[in-house]
Amino acid sequence: MLMRMSKIVRFGADVLFGAIVIFGLYIIMHGHLTPGGGFQGGAVVATGVALVIVAYSYEEVIGMVKKFVLTIQESAGLVMFAGVALIAIGLGTTFFFNFLANSGSLFGMTVPFGPNSGELNTGGVLPLMNIAVGIEVWGGLAIIILYMLSGIGKTEEA
Amino acid sequence: MFWNLPYIAVVILSVIGLATILLKRNLIKIFFGVSILTSAVNLFIIALGYREGGIAPIYTYAVSENMVMATPQALTLTSIVIGVATTALMLSFAVVIYRMYGTVNVDEIRELKE
Amino acid sequence: MIPGYITTNAPALLIAVPLLGAFLSPLIGRISRDTRALWVLAVMTLTTLIGYLTAFLVYTEGTLIYVFGASEASLAIPPDSGGIPIRIIFTLDAMSALMVTIAVTVGFAVILYSLTSDARRSGLEAYYTIFLLMIGAVLGMVSTGDLFNFFVFLEISSLASAGLVAYKVENGRAVEAGLKYLLVSTIGGIFFLFAIGILYGQYNALNMAMLADMIQWTPLDKLALVLVVAALAAKCGAVPMHFWTPDAYSMAPSAVTAMLVVASQASLYGLFRICFTLYGITLNYVTIGWVIIILGILSMIIGVTMAIPQKDIKRLMAYHAVSQTGYMLLGVGVGLAVLGDQALLNSYGMTAMEGGIFHIFNHAMYKGLLFLTAGAIIYQVGTSDLNRMGGLGHRMKWTMIFFIIGALAIAGIPPFNGFASKFLIYESVFAFSPILSVIAMVVSILTLASFVKVFHSVFMGPPLPGNEQVREAPHTMLIGMTILAAIVIISGIFPEFFVQNLITPAAHALTDQAGYISAVLGGA
Repeated sequence: MLMRMSKIVRFGADVLFGAIVIFGLYIIMHGHLTPGGGFQGGAVVATGVALVIVAYSYEEVIGMVKKFVLTIQESAGLVMFAGVALIAIGLGTTFFFNFLANSGSLFGMTVPFGPNSGELNTGGVLPLMNIAVGIEVWGGLAIIILYMLSGIGKTEEA
Repeated sequence: MFWNLPYIAVVILSVIGLATILLKRNLIKIFFGVSILTSAVNLFIIALGYREGGIAPIYTYAVSENMVMATPQALTLTSIVIGVATTALMLSFAVVIYRMYGTVNVDEIRELKE
Repeated sequence: MIPGYITTNAPALLIAVPLLGAFLSPLIGRISRDTRALWVLAVMTLTTLIGYLTAFLVYTEGTLIYVFGASEASLAIPPDSGGIPIRIIFTLDAMSALMVTIAVTVGFAVILYSLTSDARRSGLEAYYTIFLLMIGAVLGMVSTGDLFNFFVFLEISSLASAGLVAYKVENGRAVEAGLKYLLVSTIGGIFFLFAIGILYGQYNALNMAMLADMIQWTPLDKLALVLVVAALAAKCGAVPMHFWTPDAYSMAPSAVTAMLVVASQASLYGLFRICFTLYGITLNYVTIGWVIIILGILSMIIGVTMAIPQKDIKRLMAYHAVSQTGYMLLGVGVGLAVLGDQALLNSYGMTAMEGGIFHIFNHAMYKGLLFLTAGAIIYQVGTSDLNRMGGLGHRMKWTMIFFIIGALAIAGIPPFNGFASKFLIYESVFAFSPILSVIAMVVSILTLASFVKVFHSVFMGPPLPGNEQVREAPHTMLIGMTILAAIVIISGIFPEFFVQNLITPAAHALTDQAGYISAVLGGA
């Protein structure tokens, strides 16, 4: 079906995949300080997955990671997002309330006022939701690419 | 006149997008038209938030406190995500239609008649 | 007896429960198919109960607001914001409560029906996820008080519905229908976003109550209104943007079609919300009212005339759905055309609006029932072509009874509920302009003629060869149809109860812009 690329391309894809994943996770984690966040970081990591799919052929990638793993990843991200929002109802406040901001626990440092140098430990619920959305977008976009490729495969056989 | 340039670009892009949707016969080109129209509206919303002399609305290492509006950027981000999902769904439909009908020409995809 | 935290948080749970149910359904589906079916049914039952609780709270306590992300649910204006509601606020007044009731009732009947009728298809884990997402999006569309939030829920419901319409691929015809629907929905959504941009750029507000307080009738506002009316009328299937309706309604699974009707009516609700509550009397109500009336008349006439020669049972019902949407547009359009004139509003304007809104309720019920019976017939016979069905009345007695109930309701025959709402529309529109009322009655007669033809060709006569082994529909499908049929009969025999308690508060809430603003902004 799709051709397997040469050894140089595959080696370059391996090295670059690691760098792209680290960069994408950096964008996801620092969403509350710098431009970026969940969707943007997830899209960057999905680009890395697309690079691996192009370098190796489709059958090898399907052999390495099954489709249902990515579906479970997508659902897990969504459940984490909705779950964090629902916990706020259990604490007596409203849906989506930021119950970790300025509270001293996880991501709970008090935010300095005005232009500052950006502390990672602030933000409250926002970095958790960024991580959830990042996981979800990673799984979702990767599974879109894999399903479209499998659809094209059937055209060749028919 | 110079400050109206983004809005002129919005009008030109949306006219190009609408013309592509209405006049082209290939399904993929119609999807391009939808994408161009979405980009035009996103540009419109971002251009609404500009305040003169403002910098990007980020407090980390900010050089001044005069910033452009941040709400239109959130609206545009949501709209871009919706555009991605819509494009993915439309392209999946195009893949299946090509597999079933053998063509992506709009004039020939007319199985459902009166 | 109901815990306090459920009562306060009911509007948020209204969308949180279907969404969480949709997200968890692939994980639960990996255990077994029956677990997933039970899970979906449990989520929908819980959503229905929360929907009824929310509607009951709105009808007894007045307009309900819920602020997302605040420290308590009614803190609309944060103390340090300078009088601006900066968060997303769900505002449920009586009209929203009515739409919530319609959506959860039809949703429950339809999920019960689809547990059997779609059990033999493949790819079911995605089906129930997207179905619950669509129901959650429709509930969000009718509850929200924020203009951009409405756009987001509108797009979610468009994408989910397009995916469901193309679900049974059927050699590509269903995918073609889904593609047409998706193109129309996307372009409509983009126009709507453009209008939101125009309104936001002028007034720096996205909350509907805040905009209603500040809006004047500048030329840019006129442009925004034109874009909104075009986008939402295209989404609800009014002529001249109705060409996606027969394809999408006929190619979708029958359970999905019944819910698509509710989604179209949620777009109609959005149109009324923006015309009445957002703009109010600042707009040129006579002109805009007449534009909506003309759209309604065209939909009625073209819908019923294109329905008569149809040979496919669901395409015929889809054209009738277009025609009945015309009735709703006509009724509420007459109310809009006399909005500024208090004397005329009291004499026939409110009656026209009550007729239009009651018709929304009735249409969701009897049209859902008709589509479910058509789905049962197609499920048993295996084809949707009218020429190949015949003599099914001997075998499918219950389906035939439900079809008769639905057909008599849509034609406006007493004692079913179509008669009550159509009578309200006839008498009030006659006081407004007699010729419109005559057109409405003629369309009603043509509707009856068309359904008599369908009934005769499907249920009467000798069974055609190949139809001898047809049995009655399975029990869960019959229970789903019974729920809707019971409501059709009860709201037809006791229309005053429904009109007084459900419809008149909704009509008053639509015309009461000041009450809406004061409920959110706190009497400012």
